[in-house]
Amino acid sequence: MGERSLIFDTTVRLVFDAAVVLSLFMLFAGHNQPGGGFVGGLVGAAAMSLRYLAGGLDELRSLLPVRPWTLLSIGLLLAAGTAATSVVTGGPMLEHAAWGAEVVALGHVSVTSALVFDTGVYLVVVGLMTTVLEALGDEVDR
Amino acid sequence: MSVLLAVPIIAPLLGAATSIGLGKSRRAQRLVGMSVLGLVLVDSAFLVWRVDTSGVLVAHAGRWRAPVGIAFVADRLSAVVLLTSALTLLAVLAFAIGEPGTEDRHVGFHPTYLILTAGVSFALLPGDLFNLFVAFEVMLMASYVLLTMGGRADQVRSGMTYVVVSLVASSLFLLALALIYAATGTVNMADLSEKIADLPPGLGRGLAVLLVVVFGIKAAVFPLFFWLPDSYPTAAAPVTAVFAGLLTKIGVYAILRTQTVVFTGDLRPGGLLLVVAAFTMVVGVLGAVAQTDMRRLLSFHIVSQIGYMIMGIGLFSVAGIAGTILFVVHQIVVKASLFLVAGLIQVRAATDRLDRLGGLAGVESVVAALFALAALSLAGVPPLSGFVGKLALVQAGAEGGAWMVVAVSLAVSLLTLFSMSKIWSAAFWGEPSEPLAPRASRVSDRRWYLMLAATAALVAASLVVSLAAGPLHRYSTRAAADLLDGSDYVGAVLR
Amino acid sequence: MTLVLAFSAAVLCGCGTWLMLDRHLSRVVVGVGLLGHGVNVVLMMAGVGGSRPAFVGGETTDFSDPLPQAMALTAIVITFGVIAFLLALAYRSWSVTGDDQVEDDIEDRRVASAPPVELDAQSADDLGGSLEGEP
Repeated sequence: MGERSLIFDTTVRLVFDAAVVLSLFMLFAGHNQPGGGFVGGLVGAAAMSLRYLAGGLDELRSLLPVRPWTLLSIGLLLAAGTAATSVVTGGPMLEHAAWGAEVVALGHVSVTSALVFDTGVYLVVVGLMTTVLEALGDEVDR
Repeated sequence: MSVLLAVPIIAPLLGAATSIGLGKSRRAQRLVGMSVLGLVLVDSAFLVWRVDTSGVLVAHAGRWRAPVGIAFVADRLSAVVLLTSALTLLAVLAFAIGEPGTEDRHVGFHPTYLILTAGVSFALLPGDLFNLFVAFEVMLMASYVLLTMGGRADQVRSGMTYVVVSLVASSLFLLALALIYAATGTVNMADLSEKIADLPPGLGRGLAVLLVVVFGIKAAVFPLFFWLPDSYPTAAAPVTAVFAGLLTKIGVYAILRTQTVVFTGDLRPGGLLLVVAAFTMVVGVLGAVAQTDMRRLLSFHIVSQIGYMIMGIGLFSVAGIAGTILFVVHQIVVKASLFLVAGLIQVRAATDRLDRLGGLAGVESVVAALFALAALSLAGVPPLSGFVGKLALVQAGAEGGAWMVVAVSLAVSLLTLFSMSKIWSAAFWGEPSEPLAPRASRVSDRRWYLMLAATAALVAASLVVSLAAGPLHRYSTRAAADLLDGSDYVGAVLR
Repeated sequence: MTLVLAFSAAVLCGCGTWLMLDRHLSRVVVGVGLLGHGVNVVLMMAGVGGSRPAFVGGETTDFSDPLPQAMALTAIVITFGVIAFLLALAYRSWSVTGDDQVEDDIEDRRVASAPPVELDAQSADDLGGSLEGEP
C-alpha cells in the first residue's frame, strides 16, 4: 500500500454509509419494485470494495465480524433452506408464503418468505465479492 | 411427490452450505458429504421405481405453471441416469476420503463436490432449455474448481484450456437459446416440441445441429474432443474418475433429450450423428493406442466410447436409443471404476507411466482383478456389462441397416481390447523398472482398504448391470419408446 | 434500433473471438467477457415486445417481454462468476510460470522433443520427388 489519499478517504467515508443503506433498501424493495437480493448485494459489495481501495485488506476485514466464507455459507443455507421449507410442508419447491400485520408507527407491513431467499442471495453476493477481494487482493498487495 | 424431485438438487446445496461452515473439521465435512450423497442415492432409487410404475413426474417451482414457469421433470431416462450418477458420486467420494492428498489438503473439496452433485442432478431434471444451461454452468463451475484444485503449473495450464473451451460452448448454447426463443417464443422443451414443428424445416434443422454442436463440445465428440485428453489427467485421481464417469455423459444425455423431445420427425440429424459417431470411435481409440500414461490412455477411451452412445442416438429407433441408455449406465460405472483403479496404482507405485510400472499382479492381486473386470467390461467381452450394451447397439444398427458404423464399432472394440491388454501387460505383468516400495510406506492400511472397497463397489455395480441385463434392457426400451413418442412427457408437463 | 443492436452484438462477438485467440491470458479473459456481452445482446433482441403480461393477463398490450431480460440477467451473473475464476487462474498462472502466456500442451511438447525420424534413402527420395513435383 502506498500513502493513503486524504480526499479519497474522506469521500469513501461519506459515500460508504449511504451506499450500504441503499443496498439494504434495494434488498427490501426488490419484491415489488426494481431491486432485489442480487442488485442490493452488488451495491453493498461495491461499497466494501471502496473501503478496500481506501484502506486495504485490513480495513475490509475490520468491516465484517466474520470471515467471508461464513457469509457464503449462511447465504446458501438461507436460500436453499427457503426452497426446502416449502417442500417439507408438502408444496412444490420455492413456493412462497406471505404474511401481513399492522405495526405501530409503520402501518401495514407485509413480509414474504421470498425476503428470506433474497437475503440469502444478498449474503452470497457480498460473501463472494469479499472472497474475491481476499483471494486476488491479498498477495498482490504485499 | 415433489419431494423426490427436490431432494437431489436441494440436499447437496444445503450440504455444501453446511460443509463450508464446518470448514475446521474434516471429519464433520466427510459425515455431511457421505450422508447427503447417501440420501440422494436412496431418493433416486425411489424416483426410478416411481416413474416406472406411474409415469412422468413433474414439479412446477413456486406453483408457476409451465411453459412460463420452471418445471422439473423426471422420466425413465433421467431417473436411471440420476441413480447411476448418485451411485458413482458416492463411491468416488469414499475413494477421495481414503486417498491421501486432495481431500485432506483442501477445505473446499467437500463443498465443491456437493455443488457438483447438485449441478449433475439439476442438469438431469429441468424441463426447459434455459435451466439446462444454468445447470450446466453450476456443474462446470464446480468442475473448474475441482480440476485446478492444487494449483500446480500443469493444472493451471490445462484448466485454462478447459475453462475457455467450456465457456465458448456455453456462449454458443446461449446463442442457440436466443435463436430458439426468437423463433418460437418459448424455451420449455415440451412446449418447443410442438412449436418447432411449425417452423420452416430448414430453420428447425439448423437449430437441431447448433444444439448438437453445443452439447457435442461437452460430450467430447469428434472433432470437438481435443480438450478432454489434455485436461482430465491433470486433476486428482478421484476428480478425474468422477469427471470421466459423469460429465461427458451428461452432455450425451442432453443430446439425447433435446434431439428426441424437442426436435421431431425429419428435423433430427440422424445421418450427421452416425458419421460423427464413427469418427469419434476411431479417432478416440487410435489416440489411446499411442499413449504411454495410463490416465491419458483412459481419457482417449472416454472419447472413443462416447461414439457408441452417439451411434445409438443417430439411429433414432427404439432399439438404438435403448442401447444408448444401457450403454450410458454401463459407461458411467465402468469408466469411473477404471480411473479409480488408475488412482490406486498411482498411490501404490507413485507413477502412472506404463514404462515404469510392472509386476503389480503378484503384489496387488485384488487391484489386478478389479482392473481386469473393468477393462474386459469396457472392451465388451461377454458376459460383462459392456458386452450387453454393445450387443444392444450392434443389433439396433443392424436392424437400422447402418452397416458401416456397425463394422466400425466392432473393429474399435478389438482395438479397445488391444490397448487394455497393453495396460495389463505393462502394469501388471513383467518387472518394474525399479522395485516397488512396501505399501505401508505409501499409505496406511485403513485408507488403502477404504479406497479398495470404493473401487470394488463400483466394479460390483457393473457386474450387477450385466446380471440384470434383461430387466434393464426392458426398462431402457420403455424409456426409449417414451422419448421417441414424447406425448407422455409433453402431456405431463403442459397438462 | 434492432440493426444497431445486431451490429453491436456482431462487433462484441468478433472482438471477443479475436482476443480469445491470443496467447496472453489477460487478453483471453477480456475476450471471454466481450463474447459473453455480445451473446447477451443477442438474447435481449430475442424478446418480442407488445404482448400481454404473463400470468396476470389484462388488457394492456404494450408490455416488453420479461423472459429474455431474466435470462440475460442470469447469464450476466454466471459470466461474472466465471470471469472472477478465470482472473484467479490467470493470476495463479502468472505466479507459477512468471508470465501470462498460454503454454504448449503436453502432446505438442512431446512432438517437439521427439528425436527426428530417420528416413532411409528410398523414402527420402520419394519424399523429395513428391515435393519437387509440387508447383
